[in-house]
Amino acid sequence: MLLTVILGLFSALLMLPFGNKIKTRWSVLLTFVPAIIFIYYLQYVPAVSTGTIYTQILPWVPSMDINFAFRLDGLSLLFALLISGIGTAIFLYAIKYLKGHPYFDRFFGYLCLFMAAMLGVVLSDNIFSLFIFWELTSISSFFLIGFNNDSDESRKSALRALTVTGMGGFFLLAGLTLLGNIAGTYQISDLVAARDLIIGHKLYPLILALICLGAFTKSAQFPFHFWLPGAMKAPTPVSAYLHSATMVKAGIYLLARFNPVLGQTELWSYTLMIVGGFTMIFAAFHALFRLDLKGILAYSTISALGVLTFLIGLGTKEAIIAVVVFILVHALYKATLFMVTGIIDHETGTRDISKLAGLRKIMPWVAVAGGLAALSSAGLPLTFGFIGKDLIYAATLEGGGTISVILTSLAVATNIALVAAGFMAGLKPFFGALPDSLKDTHRPYAALWIPPLILGALGLIAGILPGITGSYFSLQAADAVFGGNTDLHLALWHGVNTVLILSLATLGTGTLVYLANKPNPKKLKALERLNVISPQYFFDLIGQGLLKLSQGYTNVVHNGYLRSYHLKIILFAEALLAYKLWLSGPIQLDWSSLTALSIYEVAVVLILIGAVGIVLSTPYLLTAVVAMTVVGYCICLMFVFYSAPDLAMTQFTIDTLTTVLFVLVLYKLPPFLKLESSTRRYRDIAVAMSFGVILSLIALKVMNEPIDKSISQFYGENAYLLAKGKNVVNVILVDFRGIDTMFETVVLSIAAIGVYSLLKLRLKSSEKE
Amino acid sequence: MELLLILLLGIMYAAGVYLILRRSMIKLLLGIMMMGNGTNILIFVMGSITKGKPPVINTNHNIFQDIYADPIPQALILTAIVISFALSAFAIVLLKRAYALLQKDDLDDLNTPEEEDI
Repeated sequence: MLLTVILGLFSALLMLPFGNKIKTRWSVLLTFVPAIIFIYYLQYVPAVSTGTIYTQILPWVPSMDINFAFRLDGLSLLFALLISGIGTAIFLYAIKYLKGHPYFDRFFGYLCLFMAAMLGVVLSDNIFSLFIFWELTSISSFFLIGFNNDSDESRKSALRALTVTGMGGFFLLAGLTLLGNIAGTYQISDLVAARDLIIGHKLYPLILALICLGAFTKSAQFPFHFWLPGAMKAPTPVSAYLHSATMVKAGIYLLARFNPVLGQTELWSYTLMIVGGFTMIFAAFHALFRLDLKGILAYSTISALGVLTFLIGLGTKEAIIAVVVFILVHALYKATLFMVTGIIDHETGTRDISKLAGLRKIMPWVAVAGGLAALSSAGLPLTFGFIGKDLIYAATLEGGGTISVILTSLAVATNIALVAAGFMAGLKPFFGALPDSLKDTHRPYAALWIPPLILGALGLIAGILPGITGSYFSLQAADAVFGGNTDLHLALWHGVNTVLILSLATLGTGTLVYLANKPNPKKLKALERLNVISPQYFFDLIGQGLLKLSQGYTNVVHNGYLRSYHLKIILFAEALLAYKLWLSGPIQLDWSSLTALSIYEVAVVLILIGAVGIVLSTPYLLTAVVAMTVVGYCICLMFVFYSAPDLAMTQFTIDTLTTVLFVLVLYKLPPFLKLESSTRRYRDIAVAMSFGVILSLIALKVMNEPIDKSISQFYGENAYLLAKGKNVVNVILVDFRGIDTMFETVVLSIAAIGVYSLLKLRLKSSEKE
Repeated sequence: MELLLILLLGIMYAAGVYLILRRSMIKLLLGIMMMGNGTNILIFVMGSITKGKPPVINTNHNIFQDIYADPIPQALILTAIVISFALSAFAIVLLKRAYALLQKDDLDDLNTPEEEDI
């Protein structure tokens, strides 16, 4: 299992050295990547369908229970097969679709990365590896959606998708970590055992909200649905892959996976049913007004995702069976419809359904594929969609009473719109008279129409042989989601009952809606007027607000003037220190411990203060430097008075050297300029004075603190005994802390090299102004 | 005497802060040096000052017989003095270089955007 994920990642990496080669006739090799993975997982089908579960654990940070744990059960296998199977079709299709594109290699690199990440998501059994792969899908889908990087709209859509799904991922991480901490394990398969503990915990509503946010953003549930129509800016193979079987289904997968852990509580059911129910109706209604083929498909995808969320929320045995079957149904027909749309777009150059008609004459096989998918999506008897629709109605009808009537009518209304939308996308372009403008359309390559035809035909086969499909692909998956035995058994014919009547009624009404509904730009415009209250509008508003805020912040805080930075830092430090000082209470002075004053000390201090005054006030550079030297010498005298001969010597030498350097190097400089206004000067004086006062007060406070002399004593006692030196300061520097001093010497040499090279550097003629 | 030193370090810090808030590059450097000296005095005072008892062991003995000044602050300050010299020496030549290019002792002139080839 790990190998398949690595294979995907490795193929993405291979695009770097072999990218140019793959652009030529070797491109077919690419198809082998998903095909091999598909075949690999197919061989697990017989074993898994009898309930075997495969696991593989690769320790990563075992001490923190973070592992690459993989687990293959019915649900994971269903998704792995969808990802790799539809992936194979998409790869084959995209090779032709993007032939000759300058970024051909890059595209497949992203696609392999994405596929590997998706496989990782559905196979992971550890919370953290799940999250990592989850984020990886967000990032790689960002690259795929923004693939047409010279289009402004495309970049914006990609960013929007990344922001929404990335934000969701953030919440998801928080939710999953909380969940893991409460349950005491990060192993997803072990969480089920802790179900009662989790549901009873007071943080359960928070965990539920966080995980739902993660799933809803990924699966484009209202109000986060808007990134999905935007993501249609991607090349069509990407849309076909991301929006049929993979990216958006990741959210559904998450909900399904955590259904046995978190699900079947009132909170869970209501949240999912309300959000899912609203999304399915809202998006299905929107789909009817789109002119763009991909727009129709985008909204019908959102609607289908809403149906799935709704059904998981319902949570009954029938509902879970419907979920599992509908995932497969939807993946098959939606991928087909997207690919058909891509072919039409590729050959005619337009996706506007009001302009497309009669294409069956030019591309008969494409018409067959589109028709099969449209019929499956409409739920015509004999197609797999029929079974899916049956199960959905069976699920909503199951409870009985008023609630089930409401739920069923919701489902029927959604499905009617979905039938019409499916017909619009799958049938409309092929029927009617061929307009003159499309007469010159050339026939599509076989490599383009074969993949959708296969997927469309699979929908039909699965529908004719529901028993096999059910027992091999759906039973174990449904059991895994339900967390118990579902006794799933799919059949084509259940006899004449309410479900069948509803199904046929949906089909009939849907057809009528399709015939009656003629989308045109006017209706679309009317709908777009409502954009002011759409979530996307608010989202963009927040985005712009944030941008302005950060711009304003940057302008104020990072204005590029060094002294303004200094001012802010000092003011902040002052506030912090003053607050701390205020907290620590009054200052007490122990007068008896102070050293006595003598007259020469007072004289030195007075000279020092005078020198500081001169440094501050003189307009001449040289005077300032000399006054600075006086300050240094005075400090040197202090050191002499208070028993620090080594310091005095060093201070004296260094001060002299600095002055010499100053004078030698900078003697040419002009007097100081008077650049600032007096108000600013007074402000700075106030800031500086308060800083000095605060520092002095702190020093006074520290004076009263007892000093730990044990280290000094150690040095004092052992200076001679251990290091054979009688000057303790020297011994500390060159012996006890010798390595520190060595590095200090290194610093000095680096500075010396810097000084030397700067002095030697001559001005280039170009640098002279 | 401690009180006087504390007053002194307050003044030196205030002077240093005032200097680094100026526009002149030289004053910036002087301000940094001033604050450095103030810090040295701060460390010195904190280590409790002792008059006339350097931390040097009498030639005739192997260990101290008397009280002595704390050697640790002294070792720290010694390091600080040397390092601050390295800093100011480098800064001085850097200032000279900047002055040679700009012909002006004004920090704001260093804000020139990158695209402008100075």
